[in-house]
Amino acid sequence: MKVRTLLSAICVSALALAAVPAHAGATFEAVKKKGFVQCGVNSGLPGFSAPDEKGVWKGIDVDVCRAVAAAVFGDANKVKYTPLTAKERFTALQSGEIDILSRNTTWTVTRDGGLGISFTGITYYDGQGFLVKKKLGVKSALKLSGATVCVQSGTTTELNLADYFGLHKMKFKPVVYDTADETVKSFEAGRCDVLTSDQSQLYALRSKLAKPDSAVVLPEIISKEPLGPAVRQGDVEWFNIVRWSLFAMIDAEDLGVTSTNVDQMKSSSKNPDVKRLLGVDVIKHGLGVPDDFAYKIIRLVGNYSEVFERNVGAGSALKIARGQNALWTKGGLQYAPPFR
Amino acid sequence: MSQMTQPGGPPKRPPPWNDPRVRAITFQVLVSAGVIAVGVYLVHNLLHNLAVRGISTGFGFLDNRAGFAINQSLVHYDESSSYGRTFVVGLLNTLLVSGLGIVFATILGFVIGVARLSRNWLVSRLAAAYIETFRNIPLLLQILFWYFAVFLNLPPPSEALRVGDSVFLTLRGLYLPRPEFGDGFGWVALAIVAALAASAALARWARARQERTGERFPVFAASAGLVVVLPLAAYLLAGRPVTLHSPELEGFNFSGGVSVIPELAALLMALSIYTAAFIAETVRAGILSVSHGQTEAASALGLRPGWTLRLVIIPQAMRVTIPPLTSQYLNLTKNSSLATAIGYPDLVSLFAGTTLNQTGQAVEVMAMTMAVYLAISLAISLFMNWFNARMALVER
Ligand SMILES: N[C@@H](CCC(=O)N[C@@H](CS)C(=O)NCC(=O)O)C(=O)O
Repeated sequence: MKVRTLLSAICVSALALAAVPAHAGATFEAVKKKGFVQCGVNSGLPGFSAPDEKGVWKGIDVDVCRAVAAAVFGDANKVKYTPLTAKERFTALQSGEIDILSRNTTWTVTRDGGLGISFTGITYYDGQGFLVKKKLGVKSALKLSGATVCVQSGTTTELNLADYFGLHKMKFKPVVYDTADETVKSFEAGRCDVLTSDQSQLYALRSKLAKPDSAVVLPEIISKEPLGPAVRQGDVEWFNIVRWSLFAMIDAEDLGVTSTNVDQMKSSSKNPDVKRLLGVDVIKHGLGVPDDFAYKIIRLVGNYSEVFERNVGAGSALKIARGQNALWTKGGLQYAPPFR
Repeated sequence: MSQMTQPGGPPKRPPPWNDPRVRAITFQVLVSAGVIAVGVYLVHNLLHNLAVRGISTGFGFLDNRAGFAINQSLVHYDESSSYGRTFVVGLLNTLLVSGLGIVFATILGFVIGVARLSRNWLVSRLAAAYIETFRNIPLLLQILFWYFAVFLNLPPPSEALRVGDSVFLTLRGLYLPRPEFGDGFGWVALAIVAALAASAALARWARARQERTGERFPVFAASAGLVVVLPLAAYLLAGRPVTLHSPELEGFNFSGGVSVIPELAALLMALSIYTAAFIAETVRAGILSVSHGQTEAASALGLRPGWTLRLVIIPQAMRVTIPPLTSQYLNLTKNSSLATAIGYPDLVSLFAGTTLNQTGQAVEVMAMTMAVYLAISLAISLFMNWFNARMALVER
C-alpha cells in the first residue's frame, strides 16, 4: 500500500509541476482570478501562526499574508491557510499548492539557491536557543555534553545543533520528531533533557507545557535565524508584491502611521514621505497593485509595531521584547527601503 | 486439411484488418507507444518545470555533507557523513525493524492461531479477543499508544529499573552490557559453526535411520547439547575471550553499553502485535482447511495430538497459509514507514523526510525510496514463492 501511496504522491507532484505555469506574473494572475491568497503557515505556534478559540488564524506570520491580501484585494480576510510541518513546507511551495510560505522559515543560501524559492524579506530576527528542565540545574548550553536533545526534523535547528555540539567537542543524542506537538510531549515525558528551536518559539512551546515553570530557556543563542516569507522563484511580480507588503508595514512604523491614525494622516499629513506611502501623492510604483495598497495594509492589518506587539510582544502572552526587531532608528535591525 | 487440396490453390488469407494476429500486435504496439509517449511527456515536463523554477536536479547531492545527527545507526554515521550515507542508515533501520517484526509476528501469530482452535474454552476465547482487538484498532494508534503511553512512562535514567548491575530499563531505552570480543574469540566462533554443522549431520543421519528402521533418535536434545557444550568448552579453553562492558549512568544518560531506543521498541511492538493478529487468522484458516479425516486417520495410526499437529496438520496447512502470509510480511514492511510518527529513523522518516527537506530534491529522493520499497517487496515475494514451492505437496 505504501508504495502505491508514494507512487501516487510522486505522480501528483509531477502533474502539479506540469500544471502550474511558471512565467513571471503567473502567481499574481492566478491569485486575482481565484480571489484569495493561499498561505502556508505553521499548524500551531502561538504568536506566529495558530488558530484562536474561534478558529481564526492569528500571528505575525499570518499577518504577513493578511497584508498581501489587503494589498491585492483591499480585504485582509481573503486568505486561505494551509498548515504545514517543517518537512512539508518547501514541497508545498514548489508544487504550487500555496502562493506564499509564511511559516517561521529561516532564510539561508541553499534555500534561496537550490530549492527554487525566494525569500522576500525578514519578518522576525531570531536565533536558536535551548529549553531545559529546571530540575537539571543547567545554567549554560556549554554544560550540556552527553544530553539527549529533542529537535524537529527538516529544520535549520537540526543542523545548527550538530554544528554547535561538534564545535564545542560535546556529545549529544538527538531525538527527531515531525511536529512541535510530539516534540513538546516527549520533552515533557523526559525522553530528552533539552528541547532546541528558534528562541522565540521556545517561549511559545514552553507555554504549551503542562507546567511552563518547570523549564527554563538558556542564555546562549547559537545561530542567526532570520525568519521571513518566501515565494516561488522566477515570478518577479508576485515577489515584489509580497516583499513590499512587509516593507509598507515597517515604513509605516518608521513614519508613525498606525491603523488608528492612518485616515487622519491621509487627509492632513504634510510629510511628503507619508503622502507617498499612503498614495495621496501618487507614485507610479508599478507593482501591479493599487496605488494606495500601503494605506489598505495599514488600515486593515496595522504597522509593524502593532503587528509585533499584538502577536508576540507586550499585548500577547509571549511578552517578547523588540530587541533586534526594533526599528533601525531605535537600535534594532528592522529597516525598509523608502517609498519613492 | 481438405481445404488445402481444393482446386484453386491455397486458401485466401484474411485481409490484415481481420487477421487476429495482426490486430493483436497492432493494438499492443499502439498501447505501448501511448504509455511511453505519456511517460516521456511527463518526464520532459517535470525536468522543464524544475529547470524553470531553478530547482537543481540530479543525484549529485548524495555526496554532500548531511550535517545532522541520527539517533540510531547500524553503520558508522556522524554529522560529516554524506546524504548518501543517510540513505544507507535509513534503509538498514527499515530492514532491522521489518526483519525483527516479521520474526516476532510470525511466532506470535502461529501461537495465537493454534490457540484460537484450542479445545480449551478460555484459551480459544482469549486468542479470539486478542485477534479482534488488535486487528480492529488502527495501527497508527497502536504505535502512538506503545510509544507515548507505555515506553515514555518508564522511569528516567536516574531511577532506572535494573536487573543486577548491568541491565537497565528507562524511558530513554533498554541498556544492555556490550560484549567485547578478545583474541581467542575465533575459536569460539569456530566451535559454534562446528556445532551447527554437527547438528545438521546428526539430523540427516537420524532421519535416514528412522526411515530404515523406524527407530527415533532425540535429535533436538542432542543438537541443543552440542550447540551449548562445544562453544562453552572452546570459550573456557580459549581463556574466556569475551568481556562485558556494563552501561553506567554518566551525567545525563547511560553510556558504555548497547541500547535499544524506545522508538524502535514501540514500533516493533506495535507492528508485531498488529500483524500477528492477521497471521493468526491465516494460520487458523490454514489449519481448518485440512480435512478432519486427516486428524482421524492420524489418531487411528496412534499418533498423539501434538504429533498429529506437527507432522500431519501443519505441513498441509502451510500450503494454504504461505500465500496470505507473504502479503502480511509485505504489509508489515510497508507499515514500518509509520515510524515517522514517533521519530524512529527509518527510510521514510529519515531519507524521504529529513534528507528530502534539507536538500529539496523531492523527485530524486522519492524515486529512490520507492525503488527500495519495490525491491524489498519483490525480494520477500520471490523468497516466499520459493518457500511455497518447497512446501507444496510433493506427490510420492
Ligand atoms: N526556522 C527554522 C525552524 C522552523 C521550525 O519549523 N521550527 C519548529 C520548531 S518548534 C516549529 O515551528 N514547529 C511547529 C510545528 O511544526 O507545529 C527553519 O526554518 O528551519
